[in-house]
Amino acid sequence: MKILVCISNVPDTTTKITFTNDNTQFNTSGVQFIVNPYDEIALSRAIELCEGGKGTVTVVNVGESSTEPTIRKALAIGADDAVRINALPRDAYFTAYQIAEYAKTADFDIILCGRESIDYNGSQVAAMVGEFLDIPSISIIKKLDFDGTTATIDREIEGGKEIITVTGKFIASCAEGTAEPKIPNMRGIMSARTKPLQVVEAKEIAQLSSVQQFETPAPRGAVKLIPAEDAAKLIDLLHQEAKVI
Amino acid sequence: MSVLVYVEQVDGKFKKSVFEAVSYAKAIADKQNSNLTAISIGNVDEQSLKELGQYGASKVLNVANEQLKNFVNQAYAAVIAAAAEKESADVIVLSNSFSGKGLAPRIAVKLKAGLVDGAVEMPQLEGGKFLVKKTAFSGKAFAITELTSAIKVIALNPNAFGVKENPAEASVETFSPEIKPTDLTAIVKEIVRATNKISLPDAELVVSAGRGLKGPENWGMIEELAGLLGAATACSKPVSDADWRPHSEHVGQTGIAISPNLYIAIGISGAIQHLAGVSSSKVIVVINKDPEAPFFKVADYGIVGDAFEVVPKLIEALKAHKG
Repeated sequence: MKILVCISNVPDTTTKITFTNDNTQFNTSGVQFIVNPYDEIALSRAIELCEGGKGTVTVVNVGESSTEPTIRKALAIGADDAVRINALPRDAYFTAYQIAEYAKTADFDIILCGRESIDYNGSQVAAMVGEFLDIPSISIIKKLDFDGTTATIDREIEGGKEIITVTGKFIASCAEGTAEPKIPNMRGIMSARTKPLQVVEAKEIAQLSSVQQFETPAPRGAVKLIPAEDAAKLIDLLHQEAKVI
Repeated sequence: MSVLVYVEQVDGKFKKSVFEAVSYAKAIADKQNSNLTAISIGNVDEQSLKELGQYGASKVLNVANEQLKNFVNQAYAAVIAAAAEKESADVIVLSNSFSGKGLAPRIAVKLKAGLVDGAVEMPQLEGGKFLVKKTAFSGKAFAITELTSAIKVIALNPNAFGVKENPAEASVETFSPEIKPTDLTAIVKEIVRATNKISLPDAELVVSAGRGLKGPENWGMIEELAGLLGAATACSKPVSDADWRPHSEHVGQTGIAISPNLYIAIGISGAIQHLAGVSSSKVIVVINKDPEAPFFKVADYGIVGDAFEVVPKLIEALKAHKG
């Protein structure tokens, strides 16, 4: 079994988000980059499914050479090899196209990624790859089992879940619950340095969207404090002043 | 040119977020002087379909195919794209729901359309540009995104636009596009849904609690408060990590991002990752015994006090208020 895991290079979750060039660019100065936390869940599940010699896990990233430390981290967690598609990702459409084109060159049984990236929050890549490859895509899953031919998947829905089976190739985007994120151990970190990391060139495709400007949320006014003994007053304020209940 | 909106049904019914998507799509159609068509897939009765006219749909395409009774991402996307072609739609609107997140990207690829998901405002159409504001960096920022393709797909965040009545007479038309067998290979075996609970992603009111509650056995009062308000329940990451509550209730940067009208945070200190997921809530109430908790800095109302004393008082007051 061959599993492909798509990983995204994103700012650490504690990053304070600021912008430069008249709010047109994300300010990367001093920012620590990590494997997108949801992609880490996908990677951890892929490694579990391949444990005991049942298969191999390849990670793929669309990025410039600056993302290689993040790719090495994925190798340290336990991926067998990696591919970097050499381009600055423009939008999800571009990224998904590159991944799909790469996936066509190798015979993967399952493709996994995270439910969304924590930078642009598009949960777009998985379903787009599915469409480019004309295979089923299951977005936002919280459980994945595979018996060698058929996958059984829990998909998140509002207020519950759907249990889905798929036979044949598919792509799924993973949310919390799919696996506990694995932490690299010393052996993993040492071996990651020598695991294969192949670089392939990106292919051209029309650009359909671009970010023109960023905004940060407007600051809120000062908090209105209510003494604990008058807690009941809060209900009146929410009803009469805020008009939300 | 026309605008097409996908109206997602759950057990044959439409939720508020669907009426919101229709209202939003109607506002775009008005801006472009074009008509709004809705497309429904699954078994919805004629009266419910006609009701979409209430929010501005002038035509409803009804796909009542037994093979599409349950959600199949690949086939549903193909049907919606076929409807877009039939109606010469240049804008396609969906709710940014769990299903919407799976459909919008596939439709976008099929139609070579630019996609904005997590839209929070009406598109700005200036100087021939098509700009849509969306959430980015998990609620820490917004990105104004330009779509340069002929066809555009927008997935609208719940509670971002509101439901607006705009009565029109809606005609209902049967639509039976051909379904490829290969689009039906993912099969729904079972649907497990708690019917007595309000779903969190599109809830208008949310009561959330954190480690300050000390243990899962203390959630009774949170559920009671939420029940009285008609609110969904949520929690912080440490709480779902400790299995006190299910992952599906975890809001924050690595959980789900929500934008309800009211978010009540009880015993949650307000780490930056948590704030990211809830900062677009319209009104935030924070109850915490630590006056230095960072959450108070972004709150509209705050109570410095012990949750075990404050929450019962709120429950009493709500009962009296409703009484």
